[in-house]
Amino acid sequence: MRTLTVRELTRHIKDLLENDRLLANLWVKGEISNFRPAGSGHIYFTLKDSSSCIRAVMFRSRALRLPFRPENGMAVRVRGYVSVYERDGSYQLYAEEMEPDGVGALYVAFEQLKEKLQREGLFDPARKKRIPRLPGCIGIVTSPTGAAVRDMLGIIRRRWPGAGIILAPVTVQGAAAPGELCRAIRMLNALGRVDVIIVGRGGGSLEELWAFNTEELARGIAASSVPIISAVGHETDFTISDMVADLRAPTPSAAAELVVPVKADVARALEALRLRLNRAVGERVGECRRRLDGCLTSPVFRRPVEKICGPGLMSVDILSRSLSRSMREIMSASRGRLAELAGRLNALSPLATMSRGYSVCLSEETGRVVRDAAVFHPGDGVRVVLYEGSIRCRVNEVTAGKQGHLLSPAAPTDKIKRK
Amino acid sequence: MAKKKMTFEEAVKRLEEIVRELEDGRLPLEKSLDLFSEGISISKFCQASLEEAEQRILVLTAQGDLKEFETGN
Repeated sequence: MRTLTVRELTRHIKDLLENDRLLANLWVKGEISNFRPAGSGHIYFTLKDSSSCIRAVMFRSRALRLPFRPENGMAVRVRGYVSVYERDGSYQLYAEEMEPDGVGALYVAFEQLKEKLQREGLFDPARKKRIPRLPGCIGIVTSPTGAAVRDMLGIIRRRWPGAGIILAPVTVQGAAAPGELCRAIRMLNALGRVDVIIVGRGGGSLEELWAFNTEELARGIAASSVPIISAVGHETDFTISDMVADLRAPTPSAAAELVVPVKADVARALEALRLRLNRAVGERVGECRRRLDGCLTSPVFRRPVEKICGPGLMSVDILSRSLSRSMREIMSASRGRLAELAGRLNALSPLATMSRGYSVCLSEETGRVVRDAAVFHPGDGVRVVLYEGSIRCRVNEVTAGKQGHLLSPAAPTDKIKRK
Repeated sequence: MAKKKMTFEEAVKRLEEIVRELEDGRLPLEKSLDLFSEGISISKFCQASLEEAEQRILVLTAQGDLKEFETGN
């Protein structure tokens, strides 16, 4: 019997295993334990169930394509082949594919990435940039073919004829898609004139939409300084992009509606603003004019001297008023006194006496009242003034001394002769 | 195309501000009239922007150049 070297024996076992049809390509399910990602990029783990276990390795090239991150305790299905690791003399499972058992791999990957980015705060509402209401230039990152881009261009054109659009055509599915999407976002940012970017694609399977659930695109969106609207698939499709973006549009068409208003509405609003502008300034000017008018018609302007010298004049006024009042008082006092005097004067008037029958004798020569007959000589002219009328007489005879007795009622008055 | 003049949105926002300030009515007349003339020129700018009917769709090439978009539909 031939003696084999360890190496020969190991080779033989390896050949046996590798030539086995079942072991060459199989699916095995179990739970991951002892998970060890190596610096080389390979991942080492043990797959076990309640009674057994098998060591497993997944090389870097395969591991990189895993959409999700394997974890200890995760139930997985692994496809691969069984072979021998010669150095250790141990058999192990060389894993080529792995997927979570029960739920889809993509689902797990989605949940894992979502949780990770959430922890990092990438979905934080405070991070969201405001979407401009009226963007001057809209960037669209999507496939240049297909309904999505056509719908978006059509809707934007209809709502806002003349809107500036820069289309960045990219592949939206497949391995190259995340890189292209990120590059387009960076380039649109670099242009410096894009106000908002729509990143999206039309509907598809979860796999087809997968680029929008990658960490690479999530970070590309988060890094954009231009606000981003994510518009992926149908209304029911929620992607990581939707969560990182500044705004989620349920569909590309909806994004087009969100990104620009209807021009006619804006034109109406503008017209209303113009009216308000005119009215506001009209009112302001009117108000100023009224105030000016108010000033011009104020007493100061109408009677400036009076108003400006007001206080001085006023005291003059008061003085003159009190002066005239005292004048009036003086006058009325005087009038009273005058009446009294007049009464007294009346009492002294000869007319009252004369009405009682007395006469006044005037010298014709001197015109004076004569009280003593001795001044007369016979032949002198005498004027006698009676109560009514007067007579001119000539003196016949003069009798000196008081002659009161002659005035007794019976006494004749024939001493005064008619001429 | 590095020149960045007032965008339409900025213009409308400014116009709204001006109208509000004028409606407030607490400004001196001179300032009101200045704002009014600014408002008028902004509203003219907005009007002109609205009437700019030319549809400009450019395509960003992989090299980063911009070229006219041929509407295939």
